[in-house]
Amino acid sequence: MHILEERQRQVHRKGSEPFDLDCNKQSAAGSVSQRACVFCGSRVVLYPIADALHLVHGPIGCASYTWDIRGALSSGPQLHRNSFCTDLKELDVIQGGEKKLHKALTQLIVEHQPKAAFVYSTCIVGVIGDDVEAVCRQISAEQGIPVLPVHSEGFKGTKRDGYRAACEALLKLVGTGDPSGVSKASINILGDFNLAGEVWMIRKYYERMGLEVTATITGDGRVDDIRRAHGAALNLVQCSGSMMHLAKVMKDRYGIPFRKVSYFGIEDMSQALYDTAAHFAGVVPGIQERTVELVRGELQYILPEIAEYRKRLAGKKAAIYVGGAFKAFSLVRALRHLGMDTVMVGSQTGLKEDYEELRELCDEGAIIVDDSNPLELSSFLSERQVDLFIGGVKERPIAYKLGIGFCDHNHERKLALAGFEGMLNFAREVYGTVASPVWRLTPRGSAREAAPCR
Amino acid sequence: MLLRHTSADVMERSALTINPAKTCQPIGAMYAALGVHNCLPHSHGSQGCCSYHRSTLTRHYKEPVMAATSSFTEGAAVFGGQANLLAAISNIFALYNPDVIAIHTTCLSETIGDDMVQVIAKAKSEGKVPEGKHVIHANTPSYVGSHVTGFANMTKALVKYFAETSGHRNRQVNILPGWVEPSDMRELRRLARVMGVHVNMYPDTSDVLDAPHTGEHEFFPRGGSTVAEIRHSGDAMSTLALGPFASEPAARALEEKCEVPAEVLDLPIGLLATDRFIDGLRHRAGVRVPAPITDDRGRLVDLISDMHQYFYRKRVALFGDPDQLAPLAEFLVTMDMRPVYIVTGTPGKRFETRIRDLVADAVPEVQVRQGAQADMFLLHQWIKREGVDLLIGNSYGKYIARDENIPFVRFGFPILDRVGHSYFPNVGYAGAMRLAEKILNAFMDRQDREAKEEAFELTM
Repeated sequence: MHILEERQRQVHRKGSEPFDLDCNKQSAAGSVSQRACVFCGSRVVLYPIADALHLVHGPIGCASYTWDIRGALSSGPQLHRNSFCTDLKELDVIQGGEKKLHKALTQLIVEHQPKAAFVYSTCIVGVIGDDVEAVCRQISAEQGIPVLPVHSEGFKGTKRDGYRAACEALLKLVGTGDPSGVSKASINILGDFNLAGEVWMIRKYYERMGLEVTATITGDGRVDDIRRAHGAALNLVQCSGSMMHLAKVMKDRYGIPFRKVSYFGIEDMSQALYDTAAHFAGVVPGIQERTVELVRGELQYILPEIAEYRKRLAGKKAAIYVGGAFKAFSLVRALRHLGMDTVMVGSQTGLKEDYEELRELCDEGAIIVDDSNPLELSSFLSERQVDLFIGGVKERPIAYKLGIGFCDHNHERKLALAGFEGMLNFAREVYGTVASPVWRLTPRGSAREAAPCR
Repeated sequence: MLLRHTSADVMERSALTINPAKTCQPIGAMYAALGVHNCLPHSHGSQGCCSYHRSTLTRHYKEPVMAATSSFTEGAAVFGGQANLLAAISNIFALYNPDVIAIHTTCLSETIGDDMVQVIAKAKSEGKVPEGKHVIHANTPSYVGSHVTGFANMTKALVKYFAETSGHRNRQVNILPGWVEPSDMRELRRLARVMGVHVNMYPDTSDVLDAPHTGEHEFFPRGGSTVAEIRHSGDAMSTLALGPFASEPAARALEEKCEVPAEVLDLPIGLLATDRFIDGLRHRAGVRVPAPITDDRGRLVDLISDMHQYFYRKRVALFGDPDQLAPLAEFLVTMDMRPVYIVTGTPGKRFETRIRDLVADAVPEVQVRQGAQADMFLLHQWIKREGVDLLIGNSYGKYIARDENIPFVRFGFPILDRVGHSYFPNVGYAGAMRLAEKILNAFMDRQDREAKEEAFELTM
């Protein structure tokens, strides 16, 4: 397969060469990259805050494509599942969109009484020179709620920069509420977006350990909780790509320590709870014992069934291509728990140290790739004779066309994959797709049946 | 109540769209370009645009969707995107080797004023476009029109770049199918074949976005109209342009460029619109309507007559794209139903005129809105003021259907939560039968689900 010269250092085969992966750079123009933009990053991170207004300032497309896109669930308000947009027209591009923005915001805030408003700038807002900041300030003064500009012009970087813009907006909320009454044994859950209700599951674990959850940021998020999040004693950061910036600034500003955690897979999930318990050992009596008990109980429930899947999945090969590299670490470990080898792993926006860690984690010969594209992906899948591909929307049909099982670990997961129960769901889903009889009907399946062993 | 924030009081909104019944131009241009053989659509803008369009098309078709992007950076936004586009053209031909790169612009590249004609000329003069290969473009600013406009603009670009006259008229009829599904395009070809009419149709996404499983990921699937076919459309004896919004601009361009006379028809959705399409083919090609077609029509009439008591006087709300909505509303009237609310986000006053022409006699109370603020929030408010028996539209209708407990038939773009649309046509008499069946099923499933035990019936 032909790989563009400027991309050749973004692909590494473990064992074949010294490790010097190129990453965190702009995609080559003209490549069919799987990446998205700054706006996309900000929008997916912030929109789960369910009692806030989310207004997209720009032409209609950006609002249409992100309308309830991710399945982030709320236990209360559902305002975030609507799509609000200033729907800029040709005349607005010439004359500026500030008046329209002012009018739209006023109307929406009066009508829906949200606790806060986020205003997302799209590409052209950055070019036509609207002073979104000033409009937000003015509306905030007029309406008496925080109105927060999100500097998410699409061209200003990658999704990763969008996460940062989202964190900057959140940082204007954090610290504006009254933290009195927040327990010393309290945490914030950062970087879980409550897809398929995952944050509810995680929250319950911590509560069973005897901890109080001050804010979930942003899954099933509420503005008032975020405003007093600075009263919590510890930040637990999942999906560190999106929320690390918030955690770091909260540490500097409010002295709140943070821990990186992951809730995917048995090892990582248990580790997250044990680490948290250790942190609160002196504050919450009996927390470590309770945590051990909790983990034991959960494992007792899920392990027997997982063992069955493991028997049948042992030796199968998996490939992973996800947005942020951090998720890939957990997936490699979780797949190993199922007896599977990860032979290809990549991400849209990983950093050097992420890939370094992935290389450590994977076996000899594994392909490690940054900012890949469909042509490369399908050739890697075929070359390594993969049985399972884990990715997002755009990767799914590529796997199916090749006759390979697929598991969505992104927006389109329908079952919770986090937590202990999530590991069981994951095992079921992986087994279900890898062992599906449909593959026997495909050329790849027939070829395998014809071969006595592989 | 997921849409509990929707009130029945309709307020004046001039600066705000809520829950849009449209999206932006570039995705339409991308879809049209996918209907050209060995063509790679190219989005000249930020990476996110291309990613969103590919994701949405993938969710709708469950197929890989290939398109490249100029990957704008801050520098490109300041100094213009020419350098990115030139690099992209080189990279695409080196890596993917398509016959055609079909560039569409975005709000960003339009606002900063990139000149596509000039960049393409530069690419050619610098030898970046290999012999026999093509780079074409359509201007598709997201702040003008809608996704339908983008489809129309790319189809027109195909005419402008490729159509030629050799001086010899052939016996072919051009069909510009409009924004319909691959299944519909396949059905249009079938109908023409049965009629004995030689057609030249573009764009054609059949065998691109409904490709069979072969065990390969075909970067360029086997379908799509070829450049040669589009070129020869300049020699055809006439053009049938289906759907005024999606197809008329291209048909007029072809008329002007190659003097191929054009007739603009509604999409052949429903009985009467299909009649007009069949009649158009008959006239243009000078053929007779063969028995299989008359039989198809007869079966449709038979189905409607068998079940007409269930259609009678049912109030329907519909939303989506203008070319679909007009013949669909007409078909509902044919079946004695009452399309009372009709909404499209695509601007164009002639839509309202067309709807009134088709349905106002039968349904004088019909409410129609198009363009800015003609969105699903407004439609929902209308429904809250006076309810309907049926909702027809794309997947985004499911929120309203659930909150108001209205039977819901998915129709249009995008459909993100069901399959079938890419395989089973909605056009032609057979397509109309499928629509009638779906509508009946929606009513009857509800009746079976909600009937009291004593009223539960076996035969319906």
